Amino acid sequence: MSTAALPPIPGAAPAPPSSLGSTSGAARHRLTLDNGLRVLLAPDRSNPVVGVAVHVDVGFRSEPEGRTGFAHLFEHLMFQGSESLEKLSHFRHVQGSGGVFNGSTHQDYTDYFEILPAAALERGLFLEADRLRAPKLTEENLANQIDVVKEEIRLNVLNRPYGGFPWILLPPVLYSTFANAHNGYGDFTDLERSSLDDAAAFFDAYYAPGNAVLTVVGDFDVSDAAELVERHFGDIPARAVPTRPSFAEPGPDGERFESVVDAHAPLPALALGYRMPDPGTDLPGYLAHAVLASLLTDGEAARLTQRLVYGDGLVTDLSASAGLMGAPLDARDPDTFTITAVHPDGVEPRRVTDAVDAELATLGADGPDPEELRRVTARWSSALYREHDRLMNRMLALGSAELVHGRAELSDELPAAIAALTPEAVATAASSLRPDARALLVLTPGADA
Amino acid sequence: MSAPTTSDAPDPALRRSAAEIGRTPTGPRALPPLRPQPQVPAPAEVDTVLPTGLRVIAVRRPGVPMVELRLRIPFSDSDPRHAAVAEVLASTVLSGTERRSRVSLDDDLAGVGGEMGFSVDPERLAASGHALAEGLPTLLDVAADVLTSATYPADEVERERERLAERIQVAAAQPSVIARRALQRHRYGDHPVTREMPEVDEVAGVGTDDLLAMHRRMVVPSGSVLVLVGDLDPDEAVAAVQAALAPWDTPGDASVLPRLPELHGSDLLLVDRPGAVQSQLRLSAAAIPRTDHRYPALQLANLAFGGYFSSRLVENLREDKGYTYHASSSLEFDPYGAALLVETDCASEVTAAALLEMRYELGRVAVLPPSASELESARRYAIGSLLISMTTQAGLASTLAGLAGVGLSSEWVREHPQRLEAVTDDEVAAAAAEFFAPARFTGVVVADAATSAAPLSALGGIRVPGESSGS
Repeated sequence: MSTAALPPIPGAAPAPPSSLGSTSGAARHRLTLDNGLRVLLAPDRSNPVVGVAVHVDVGFRSEPEGRTGFAHLFEHLMFQGSESLEKLSHFRHVQGSGGVFNGSTHQDYTDYFEILPAAALERGLFLEADRLRAPKLTEENLANQIDVVKEEIRLNVLNRPYGGFPWILLPPVLYSTFANAHNGYGDFTDLERSSLDDAAAFFDAYYAPGNAVLTVVGDFDVSDAAELVERHFGDIPARAVPTRPSFAEPGPDGERFESVVDAHAPLPALALGYRMPDPGTDLPGYLAHAVLASLLTDGEAARLTQRLVYGDGLVTDLSASAGLMGAPLDARDPDTFTITAVHPDGVEPRRVTDAVDAELATLGADGPDPEELRRVTARWSSALYREHDRLMNRMLALGSAELVHGRAELSDELPAAIAALTPEAVATAASSLRPDARALLVLTPGADA
Repeated sequence: MSAPTTSDAPDPALRRSAAEIGRTPTGPRALPPLRPQPQVPAPAEVDTVLPTGLRVIAVRRPGVPMVELRLRIPFSDSDPRHAAVAEVLASTVLSGTERRSRVSLDDDLAGVGGEMGFSVDPERLAASGHALAEGLPTLLDVAADVLTSATYPADEVERERERLAERIQVAAAQPSVIARRALQRHRYGDHPVTREMPEVDEVAGVGTDDLLAMHRRMVVPSGSVLVLVGDLDPDEAVAAVQAALAPWDTPGDASVLPRLPELHGSDLLLVDRPGAVQSQLRLSAAAIPRTDHRYPALQLANLAFGGYFSSRLVENLREDKGYTYHASSSLEFDPYGAALLVETDCASEVTAAALLEMRYELGRVAVLPPSASELESARRYAIGSLLISMTTQAGLASTLAGLAGVGLSSEWVREHPQRLEAVTDDEVAAAAAEFFAPARFTGVVVADAATSAAPLSALGGIRVPGESSGS
């Protein structure tokens, strides 16, 4: 094992706004196995619980044309058994050890994880290693999981009001390339065409140990955990790591418009989509958008909430988000800033967008009041503390930050980085959300409502 | 195209087949054993009742520099207008007080990284909040202000009423809500427990006077419980609550939900949702509360049946048949007892087939009880997931508030793993036979009747509406 164990990361970033110290479990240790697997160990002995997560560097933006939804379908297949584990064994062993599990497919990565009583650490490592080494991909499981995924899509998209709004419906308006624009859940025809050969090719291309990060968190001894990791993951053969494609494309050169009919929606809605700065080259600019989203719609005093909900009564529900999937820093560039609004029948969509533009112009010209900004950043700190109080969330934030941005510490440093943002930075972010460089999606209720 | 487009995708001729990927020279490996589970001491806690009758539970858990607040006020009334007034009350209680406007309430909370929200159901009015630990005094001050002097300004009430009506309209279109409403009516008739969401026109008539009257009458400390969990000293926290909430001394006792009608087995009801691509199946039967000596056995029998992923129901409906993404069986608790709820959503064309499999699994667990290994898995899961759920401030606070609502304390949680360890195979078999017998169940199926009514009628045990409500 080529070890690059680092000392605990010091609090290089400015202290969070609270003087009460940093998040528990700030110690981080890194290893890289000979097969290229990157390992992050984050001990935290405050509860007798451990977490194991594998983040693989492939998401739905990487799936080939004609195979929309394949990254997510493949995630399902990874739960269906491996060389040492019959179908259903994975679930039974995790739960039969007292643990919980899940997996999820994002734009740029796919994660697999379990949280377990500390007694089951080695078992969790064994389960993840077995499927990263030799998953059992069979025709029967493929057919079964195509059915299950179709049910998941019916449940979350087709059979509910506002299904896929805006995360599936907005990207094809804002983006032009297949990678950025297509539906990550997939079309039924593409899913049904998926073959076992596709699955084998996908695994060999993307699930190389050098294309993944293993994160272990919780109640363990570091040298013991490092030894267990080597024991279970060390003999997975190294394979070629794919070159990561760039998903860059030019931003919109006008307002791109689409409308959709939602048969289940009782009220009209609209979504605005904007491009954001690349977090890899302009992290403060990117985070200023995250704070801007909070200033616009988080809480009773938020700018757009005041104006549209309480002032003009134009809107029933309103939300702004930095990041297509709702969380900042979940994807590499390009990522999307969204504003969504559900509004009464009689309100013209243009009245809502005009009000949004007016508020953004005001913020762009004057910036937020420093005290208003301080309140928003205090809420950010406490939201991050709360999220990281849950071991599962802390583990997933560390693992995705390590994989997507190359620095797990980013997750710890967020409260301080957000607290350091100036009113000017937020004003600049507001100015960058221009009416002539965005997507507007209008949703109208269909006959069924 | 079958290969991903990467610049250096392996040469197709060199690529492995699915079968080759699933094999290594070493062959299958043995599952590592569990190691001993470390035990941790119980956190410092105070559980006391203040002179006003408010029960206060404060627990020290310093993982992050935050404090979580949960307030639970029993809030039941048989007046048919109750649900509408209560829903508007929960939506407007933070709209202003004698000392603060809606915006300044939110600004004060935001200043300490805080948030607070109210929600109501047929059983209780609940507040849930949090703040940076150093902001506990502000959090309590805001809570006291709202509890003692919420003003329900007329303009705020009018606007919230409209928003609420629109939200109800949105929610009422959700298949899960349609199914829930139908199930409640089918199970409990017009008992107050069924009024989980008011109708749009009921909300329209609610005004400031109604809200002030309800607040005076029902927002009372006696019988309510306040839970604080976080980076705090329990004794100091209780003293801080006592000082801050002393003015909240409204007389009277909080109003507890009346006893629910007894559940008996009966025909299911088919509810037509024309054109639906997916159906909701909801089956329910009487169960027992946590205080019953048979409860740990029932909990394990329920897990093995459908209470977690590695259960018979999920392995059949999802992993074997592919009928559904989600199937589950759970226990719903009320102040007196509990009900079993078995549910799934499936593709329209397999509605009857899914119901057949649900009934089959109910019958099977009643006569072919969980094996020793099924039972052991359920036991480990019950103990482990309880441990995991209690490791966060928010999870612990919500759990304690929920238990307090049925008269239990953290002692019950601490002792529950031992109760689960002590359950025998025979006790689980007896609980499975008693509670899962198919004839004990009632319920609803929400589906497109045009495609589902005939096969469901063929199965029997379901009442099909005479004519479609659509077109």
